[in-house]
Amino acid sequence: MNWLKRRVRPEQIRELSLLVLILAAIVFFGSFIDNYYSFRTFNRIASSVAIITVVAVGQTLVVLTRNIDLSVGSIVGFTAYFVGTLIASHNGINPILAVAIAIALGAALGVVNGVIVAWGKVPAVVVTLGTLAIYRGVLVDLSGAKTVTTDSLPQWLIDLPLVNVAPIGSLDIRALFMLALVIVVAFQIGTTYLSFARRFYAIGSNPEAAQLIGLPIKSVVFLAFVICGALSGLAGFMLLARFGNITVEAGRGLELSVVAAVVVGGVNVFGGSGTVTGAMLGAVMIGTLEQSLFRLGISEFWLDAVLGLLILLAVASDAVILQRLRQLWGGAELKLLAKETDSVSSEQSASPP
Amino acid sequence: MSAVGTLKSWEAMMLALLVAIIAFNSVGSPYFLSVGNFVNLFQLSIEKSIVALTMALVIIGGEIDLSVASVMGLAACVMAWTFHAGVPMPAAILAALGAGILAGLNNAFWIARVGLPSLAVTLAGLIGYRGVARILLEDRAIGGFPDWFNTIGQQALIGPLTAAIAIFFVLFIFFAIVLHGSAFGRLVYVVGSNAQAARYSGVRVGLVKAALFVGSAFVAALAGILYAARLGSVRGDMAEGFELDVITAVLLGGVSIFGGKGNLVGVGLALLVILNLRNGMGLADITGNTQNYVIGGLLILSVLIPNMWQELTNKWRGRET
Repeated sequence: MNWLKRRVRPEQIRELSLLVLILAAIVFFGSFIDNYYSFRTFNRIASSVAIITVVAVGQTLVVLTRNIDLSVGSIVGFTAYFVGTLIASHNGINPILAVAIAIALGAALGVVNGVIVAWGKVPAVVVTLGTLAIYRGVLVDLSGAKTVTTDSLPQWLIDLPLVNVAPIGSLDIRALFMLALVIVVAFQIGTTYLSFARRFYAIGSNPEAAQLIGLPIKSVVFLAFVICGALSGLAGFMLLARFGNITVEAGRGLELSVVAAVVVGGVNVFGGSGTVTGAMLGAVMIGTLEQSLFRLGISEFWLDAVLGLLILLAVASDAVILQRLRQLWGGAELKLLAKETDSVSSEQSASPP
Repeated sequence: MSAVGTLKSWEAMMLALLVAIIAFNSVGSPYFLSVGNFVNLFQLSIEKSIVALTMALVIIGGEIDLSVASVMGLAACVMAWTFHAGVPMPAAILAALGAGILAGLNNAFWIARVGLPSLAVTLAGLIGYRGVARILLEDRAIGGFPDWFNTIGQQALIGPLTAAIAIFFVLFIFFAIVLHGSAFGRLVYVVGSNAQAARYSGVRVGLVKAALFVGSAFVAALAGILYAARLGSVRGDMAEGFELDVITAVLLGGVSIFGGKGNLVGVGLALLVILNLRNGMGLADITGNTQNYVIGGLLILSVLIPNMWQELTNKWRGRET
């Protein structure tokens, strides 16, 4: 046990506690819903969380640096609409090019946020509340109240959400979910092992110290916003693929779902701790609750009330579990410390005067 | 520049902006400077203005309350539902205020007692309270309230002022005294600038935060009832999304999102700036959508321009010495 405690920190296994909560929820719903343990359930949850997950990964990076991006919903809507319009008028466009345009468009909007936050020294909440309104407003004005419709889109895009990239038995891993998974894995590995990406954590957990050791705080914060914008752009493309019909209202309010996923996923809203895997688990937790409550036959009017309560319980139990673990670890650390000082003092006393 | 200096210059900036907008508007439209127009423009979003007062206190206290719009909806729905069930109107209003206090106590429990971040708790509240409102009314719209109730929302009661506007002014003065003239107000600033230091110096931080959240929810419930009175009917999605507008107004008023800084005069001026700007643009046939992003831009620029100005003067001074 002590060996384990020395190797692993409580913060590292908080994802584990969330995983346990998700499993508990699945067992709970499984005992009430017939045929719950089926691949259809998996597919439903997977396709409902894919888009939120991608944005939540970007949001995690921003939140790690003690900032927040409330404009993600508008960025998703903006890219979904404009890339949709572009593809609708140029049906022969190369799919890779279309995705690249979506990512670039999102990144460009992220650049605006990042520059104002990092170099303009304006609090992120202020900037992104502003750009939330501005991006949406520009979208509404430029669109002339037209909508993108499914029948104007090429077949490959309409089929994309149903493409099964990794059939494991009768379990489908659909393209959009796979994409989300790849992004989570890539960013998890990146933020764990790249010294460059550790800067997100360093800056968030102690900005003064980060400044003193000479980290380029401004560029890192800027980069977080650009990545968040780029991933939101990608999510915009995914939204277009999934729904086909895109109005100027697309993605409105998405920022709240994303922030909820990040918060439930155990990412500290005051920066410096949390992982993209946690954010994904947060999104999966909320997605599981939403889909399962729906299957439970609960009236749609009850959905939000129960969801709000469960989010609260998830955050609370996560906090309590983490606190307990810290106490457990703290005890172990003190014992360890006591042992070390014991051995030091015994060495000293053993040495000849 | 000292903190006080920056604060003063913020209000000066807001005031200058306000005067400029009013001057511009009154040149543009002869109707702008009439009492009727003034009352009208105030009335149009009076509920948000009321909630902005308590939101300012919460943010100065270093927290945030995202659930206000849902509490507004919840209170209105509780009122409509109990009235529809045959309870007399005054009792229904009391039930609605009670629901607001309960929502506030719930927020306060998790934030002040358990110690969860207010962003997480009130985000859950935003979803959950709206959910309860939906359970009560489902997809119905309930109206047919007594005439006196609709009169409160729609007709001038005191001179040209409606009840909601009068309540706004009373609350403004009340919260200005609480924040700037009472011991509790000082505690809000202390807790907002450094909760840990406050705790170590014997301030009952939990109690201060609990008071802020209960107050915020109570005032939101009151605003929800006034909104119902103005509209004459209630739906489950009432006041949805108002929280962002309210927070925008508070931040434009120079309240720091990190807590501990800001005052109600700034918030009052920001509310006037937003109202006059919207009204002026409305008179000039600019759509609501464009108005939204002009105000979004103003929010960013209001912090960005002073920052850049400071940077420039620092550079200039640096060169001089």
